[in-house]
Amino acid sequence: MARSKHLLPGFGLTMGVSLFYITLIILLPIAAMLLKIAGMGWEEFWRIISSNRALAAYRITFSSALIATVINGVVGLLFAWVLTRYRFPGRRFLDALIDFPFALPTAVAGLVLVTLFANTGWYGQWLEPNGIKVNYTQAGIIAAMTFTSIPFVVRAVQPVLEEVDEALEAAARTLGATRGQIFTRIIWPAILPAFIGGCVLSFARSLGEFGAVVFIAGNLPGLTEIVSLLIFIRLDEYNYEAAAALAFVLLLVALLTLIATNALAAWQTRYVERAA
Amino acid sequence: MNKLFIPAFAVLALAATPALAQPTDILNASYDIARELFDAENAAYTASGATVTVNQSHAGSSAQARAILEGLQADVVTFNQVTDVERLVEGGFVSDDWQTEFPNNAAPFYSFPSFLVRAGNPKNINDWGDLAAEGVQVIFPNPKTSGNGRYTYLAARAWANEEYAGDKAQVEAYLAKLFSNVPVFETGGRAATTAFTERQLGDVLVTFEAETLAVTKLLGDDQYQPVTPSVSFLSEFPVAIVDKVVDARGSRDLAKSYLDFLFTPEGQEVAAQNFHRVQDETVAAAHAETFPEIRLVTVEDEFGGWDQVASEHFADGGLLDKVFINQ
Repeated sequence: MARSKHLLPGFGLTMGVSLFYITLIILLPIAAMLLKIAGMGWEEFWRIISSNRALAAYRITFSSALIATVINGVVGLLFAWVLTRYRFPGRRFLDALIDFPFALPTAVAGLVLVTLFANTGWYGQWLEPNGIKVNYTQAGIIAAMTFTSIPFVVRAVQPVLEEVDEALEAAARTLGATRGQIFTRIIWPAILPAFIGGCVLSFARSLGEFGAVVFIAGNLPGLTEIVSLLIFIRLDEYNYEAAAALAFVLLLVALLTLIATNALAAWQTRYVERAA
Repeated sequence: MNKLFIPAFAVLALAATPALAQPTDILNASYDIARELFDAENAAYTASGATVTVNQSHAGSSAQARAILEGLQADVVTFNQVTDVERLVEGGFVSDDWQTEFPNNAAPFYSFPSFLVRAGNPKNINDWGDLAAEGVQVIFPNPKTSGNGRYTYLAARAWANEEYAGDKAQVEAYLAKLFSNVPVFETGGRAATTAFTERQLGDVLVTFEAETLAVTKLLGDDQYQPVTPSVSFLSEFPVAIVDKVVDARGSRDLAKSYLDFLFTPEGQEVAAQNFHRVQDETVAAAHAETFPEIRLVTVEDEFGGWDQVASEHFADGGLLDKVFINQ
């Protein structure tokens, strides 16, 4: 290695500290969980994760997270666009507000949503007479997941959108491109990787959401029960193995989505380099 | 730091060791629906001249036992089932002769699984058999996490044993139907009450009589009415000192006098006012019109004691698992 001046002391030390920290905080807890599962046979493991109640919980959790992600994708893109392309009074305030769901304890978010959607609440009083029930239905789960994962897409797309070269857009306009063409041919390809990355993070967050959901879901087994809650119930029943088995499946899906994110990030870097 | 200061600090530190300081508060780890009861008991205890602060912690009885095994510093437990105290005995937290430390097997009050229906009893629910009918939705807490739910299972089983003259197939068919009529199993008794009252789930709530009477009083008999079944299962609420914690904290005397208070006429009166049935005959007679007549079976009569119930019914793959099809 060439001796160049680094800000931090050597690669060995910094890498060592990073690995130690990751092991302590992330890898060991996961290993402990896997050990819990190791104590049971394949048949038992399979029986637990393929029971009707577990399958329903996975279906409810994944489908709700997917719908919440689609909603956040569309709305997040719009927010990012407004925040980067326009200057208006209150823009900074709105920008700060986007992070609010991160700062709010999720249980509080759940309680707030339940109050809003109750048949006497601000939203519920209009929705309920029209036959739309949100509290204690899957719509409530989606509402809670949407609320707690709003920031991801906005924060992923914003910086990339800031960077899009306006000279390119100007050039396109002089060559007679329509607005639609400018968006689809210049802006969209530039922000696409960041957009997908934000969506994946949003999806992963929704999968793990617990606090906000349990207040609004109604938690009916097979109808509105999410995987995290089923894990919690199994723990309460002193059934640690079953809880670990259920958690393992959730972990696997979260891991796959994160691997997908990193692959996308790598692809994005190459993409930007090619474009440059 | 100046060298001269160190001895001074050492003296101060010695003066402040816990061994010399008598604790001024104790923690009572209790079951889920006992919040109001112990608010009242603790107020009465203070009124009787006690200077100790009694802190409360409430959750499902089994969850509380687990929390203590995992380090919750509770000086006393006031549980709703003997098996949860036994769990602490196994863990070395409570001495195994705990039931002899206080009168009545260390149970100051008792209750039993009873019914709460919506006003006017639209589904005409009067006894255990009606809970397994087609189209009836029943709410009771998860027997795996809640003593309250376990008593309900045992009471329903006791009724079915009499009804079907001990025919096991019929008893199990009845119980399976009963369980399949439950749309959601909350982990504790209070959450089950909330599901029935706030979320308007189900046609009948099965919980301790203490809760059915309290809810009726609180939310009005124009909304709900209690229904007493023909037979139910004696649910004694045991209390115990957590030896391991009181010895470490030096709070044994505080813990003992607090639990003793629950057995005094004052303590019994507060319990009866909060719809718990009491052992003290004078107090019980004074509240006779509150509590309807009921035939109660005990764990010894019907199931051969708690140990047998634990191994036969509540162990993994036991008789409960056979009928708990929607777990």
